Amino acid sequence: MEKREYLDIYHQMVVIRILEEKAAELYQEGKIGGFLHLYIGQEAVSTGLISARKPQDRVITAYRDHGVAINAGLSANEVMAELLGKATGSTGGKGGSMHLADVKKNFWGGHAIVGSHLPIAAGLALGDQYQKNDGITICMFGDGATNIGYFHEALNLSKVWNLPVLWVCENNQYGMGTSVERASAVSDIRQKAEGYNIKNDYVDGMDVMKVREKSLEMIEEIRAGSGPQFLEIITYRFRGHSMGDPERYREQDEVGKWRENDPIGIYRKYLLEEKIATESELDEQEKSAEEVVLESVRFAESSPEPADEELFANIYADN
Amino acid sequence: MAKITMRQAISQALWEEMERDPSVFILGEEVGVWGGTYAVTKGFYDHFGEERVRDTPIAEAAIVGAAIGASLTGTRPVAELMTINFAFSAMDHIVNEAAKFHYMFNGQMVLPLVIRTVGGGGRQLGATHSQTPDAIFAHFPGLKVVSPGTPADAKGLLKAAIRSNDPIMFIEHATLYQTRGEVPEGDYIVPIGKSTVQRAGEHVTIVTYSKMLELSLKAAEKLSKEGIEAEIVDLRTLRPLDMEPVIESFKKTNRAVVVEEGWKSYGVGAEIVSRIYEEAFDFVDAPIKRVAQLEVPLPYNRRLEQKALPQVEDIISAVKEVYNG
Ligand SMILES: Cc1ncc(C[n+]2csc(CCOP(=O)(O)OP(=O)(O)O)c2C)c(N)n1
Ligand SMILES: [Mg+2]
Repeated sequence: MEKREYLDIYHQMVVIRILEEKAAELYQEGKIGGFLHLYIGQEAVSTGLISARKPQDRVITAYRDHGVAINAGLSANEVMAELLGKATGSTGGKGGSMHLADVKKNFWGGHAIVGSHLPIAAGLALGDQYQKNDGITICMFGDGATNIGYFHEALNLSKVWNLPVLWVCENNQYGMGTSVERASAVSDIRQKAEGYNIKNDYVDGMDVMKVREKSLEMIEEIRAGSGPQFLEIITYRFRGHSMGDPERYREQDEVGKWRENDPIGIYRKYLLEEKIATESELDEQEKSAEEVVLESVRFAESSPEPADEELFANIYADN
Repeated sequence: MAKITMRQAISQALWEEMERDPSVFILGEEVGVWGGTYAVTKGFYDHFGEERVRDTPIAEAAIVGAAIGASLTGTRPVAELMTINFAFSAMDHIVNEAAKFHYMFNGQMVLPLVIRTVGGGGRQLGATHSQTPDAIFAHFPGLKVVSPGTPADAKGLLKAAIRSNDPIMFIEHATLYQTRGEVPEGDYIVPIGKSTVQRAGEHVTIVTYSKMLELSLKAAEKLSKEGIEAEIVDLRTLRPLDMEPVIESFKKTNRAVVVEEGWKSYGVGAEIVSRIYEEAFDFVDAPIKRVAQLEVPLPYNRRLEQKALPQVEDIISAVKEVYNG
């Protein structure tokens, strides 16, 4: 990998972190409405994963989607504008935080019904297989989503039809306030893939380079015709499930321990130790990331509201 | 009488029924340790324990299916679906099993089951999380559908639902939990399947329920200042539908507006208006009007969302049109 790419990965992770912190502030100020699910702590997961895709590979995820959108190539401006419900947002203010999307960037959305996008992902992969496209589908979901029927139907189908899909479980230990142990029959989520005879593995989700490496390997195998594979990425969300989570279900000690493994800190240390970048180069990246986010706030705040006619636009594709 | 919130009223009903009857238990996502995503079951887990306040995996079909099965054995499950939008993931069990078993097996199977859930828009949650699909559930014979608009009714109806031997969808409204009202203490029961007059008036009948009751009451206050007295009939139960107070009121006012939060097409208003025309056509003095959500999936943007949802002003102008019509 070229130095520029290493730095770009760092930049993306920091943009996500600062963007999420800013979003939390704007939510408190009442400028963002609805639900807001932050990605803080999980930045290495989607950054490493999506850095390993080719442009023809599709990405689809759940409602915790801001970071995924940034990694998929959406600008901070259009993400922030969407959070503020503006016309310049990635879905013109219609979708909001949970439903970011940019089909041109092969980002097929944030999806807010837990598990519902897994069968859709199987269908994206089916479409590519059917049309003999070279792309694969990367489908991200939480540990909690592996307990709903949709997950099991989609995995089974993907194996039966040998679909080019990478199932990625972001195991952040909780679905809302319910720990994996309390909700899932198996705590190693990847065991569920065993049941469908799907090749599977796991990786430390706090280490962006490890995530990237494992993802590259699996994505290229799938592209070569291996059929579906399953990657469990072990991670943790540093913040509550969404804004206003009283967090009665976990000890702050536990959160503190995970925070010691900050994915951005780990990557920074790696870049320095491997002498890939210097302190000042990384500081520069951070400054630039901050400027990107501040600019996105300015952009979003000064953007227009969607026009009234937009209410009835795009209900149907045919008129 | 104590003035408490809708949240407290619902919580009280659940608590009292669980104290009264050990066969009553709760299952659902985040009902236990979290205390309910709308804080309705806060404190229940510590008091009643994990056997009776059961956190489930995210598995709506299994929540409703298991509740049906457990109800068949004589327990009284109160299954909570975090929001009504997730009820679609359990639709088969609601429609093909809960609504059918008692009839199809010729009365052999009894389902003393409550499915508590939360609907409604207006919180910028976007299209998948803001729906008011009450009418869909009211379509199925065999299922009862209850949706209270006041704290007192919420308490009384929920207690009645838990004691009922039929499967009941109990639909709460996400933006009513803070609404305050006087609620009788202790064993207060409101019968299921009875509409009621919430405000007396002589000029126009407003038929409504749930959140739209609140808006209709506001509209009626403003209309009153202009000399128009609206009578408000609160349906409270959508199935079985009690038309008696509606028809009685209509025979007095000869004019009506039906207000619902859901979409107009094939909705609650469509049903009520047809029934009025069927049962009291000779009393019609003006075309009956419907106020409902615009026919779009709800957008996230606050201004557009509010444009799509029925507002107090919409009710006022509909009433005026009908009054002057
Ligand atoms: C079908 C359905 N049921 C319930 C919910 C409410 N809900 C939203 S997120 C969530 C927890 C999901 O946990 P997980 O899949 O682990 O993802 P995480 O939030 O940890 O990223 C729940 C229960 C929903 N959106 N959809
Ligand atoms: Mg999780």
